[in-house]
Amino acid sequence: MHLTTLGFTLLVALGSLLAGLLGSLTGLGGGVVIVPLLTLLFHVDIRYAIGASLVSVIATSSGAAAAYLREGYSNMRVGMFLEVATTVGALCGAFLATRIPTAAIAIIFGVVLLYSAWTSIKPIPDVSGGEPVDHLAELLKLNGSYPTPEGEQEYHVRNVPAGFSLMYVAGLLSGLLGIGSGAVKVLAMDRAMHIPFKVSTTTSNFMIGVTAAASAGIYLHRGYIDPGLSMPVMLGVACGALLGARILPGARVRTLRLVFGAAIAAIAIEMIFKGIGGKI
Amino acid sequence: MSEASQQRDKQFEVFLGQLLRVGFFLSAAVVLVGGLLYLMKYAHQPPQYGIFHGEPSDVRHTADVVRGAFSGHSRELIELGLLLLILTPVSRVLLSVIEFARERDWLYVTTTLLVLAILIYGLVTR
Repeated sequence: MHLTTLGFTLLVALGSLLAGLLGSLTGLGGGVVIVPLLTLLFHVDIRYAIGASLVSVIATSSGAAAAYLREGYSNMRVGMFLEVATTVGALCGAFLATRIPTAAIAIIFGVVLLYSAWTSIKPIPDVSGGEPVDHLAELLKLNGSYPTPEGEQEYHVRNVPAGFSLMYVAGLLSGLLGIGSGAVKVLAMDRAMHIPFKVSTTTSNFMIGVTAAASAGIYLHRGYIDPGLSMPVMLGVACGALLGARILPGARVRTLRLVFGAAIAAIAIEMIFKGIGGKI
Repeated sequence: MSEASQQRDKQFEVFLGQLLRVGFFLSAAVVLVGGLLYLMKYAHQPPQYGIFHGEPSDVRHTADVVRGAFSGHSRELIELGLLLLILTPVSRVLLSVIEFARERDWLYVTTTLLVLAILIYGLVTR
């Protein structure tokens, strides 16, 4: 395919817009699609791809933050406390990315993508509510409440060490693959720490930008973030995500998640095969 | 947590959300302008992202990036926008330190400073 930079940039922007749109409609985030889009379709080296993807993750997290923070669901202390784990994880992940073979990155990416597809198709049930008080959570001031039509609903946080460790893994994956790891973050908060779903998702979205920023510096200095490539990805994904937020109320999320989940499962398998075959 | 402190938290969160959005739009604007300049210059060249080179030194050192951006070099201008983008969540953490200090929550002032330190380390390490 003989593309000029102009044609390439426009196509990448369009693809990124679709990725951002679908990502925000399904709640999966555009990050998971950007890397396969760039590597499989545009034959971009995976290092440039994860760099561009990481940039787009920071962009969507920051751009959408106002929406998440407006309603009062997110828990700042939980977020900040867990960010210690995610940022350290992100640094480790970024350093790891510079040391392991690109094929390994592709394979790990594919596995994580499969997990995302799985959670998209089979959503995780909410396990929070009616918990006794956990002393560590109390000490760290992690408990809180969220607004419901009936008034403020309290919740108690549990399993702090488990949640913290899972957050480290979320950060590691974010730094290694250039994704937001929102799914793992929600997993850690919702299932492990028994934080209500809406609180988990809003807090997670809020945290994603900080986690990504931790590894961004390392990516920058190693040359993973190319300005010419990151530019259309960042702008495309941001536009897509904003558009997605607009049309979300009318969208059939369940159907989208099933279709999207199936599509990324297929993409995941291709990433894994390409990685094993040494073609990435 | 008391009603009053919950209210304060909520107000601060709304403010943070707006800050993050401003940071994003500012950085996006810089990236867009840089992007347009970049396309004007490089539109007809073939893209070469299949082979990883590591970044050329013109976009590696911050001082050079700023200087290049203000001289109208498109790649540096985009890079400046990207730096602003990365600094947006960092500034959010910085403001959180101040807010926790105002609330006299020293446990979280320390926690947030720790996160800030980790972020700065990530940005300056070579």
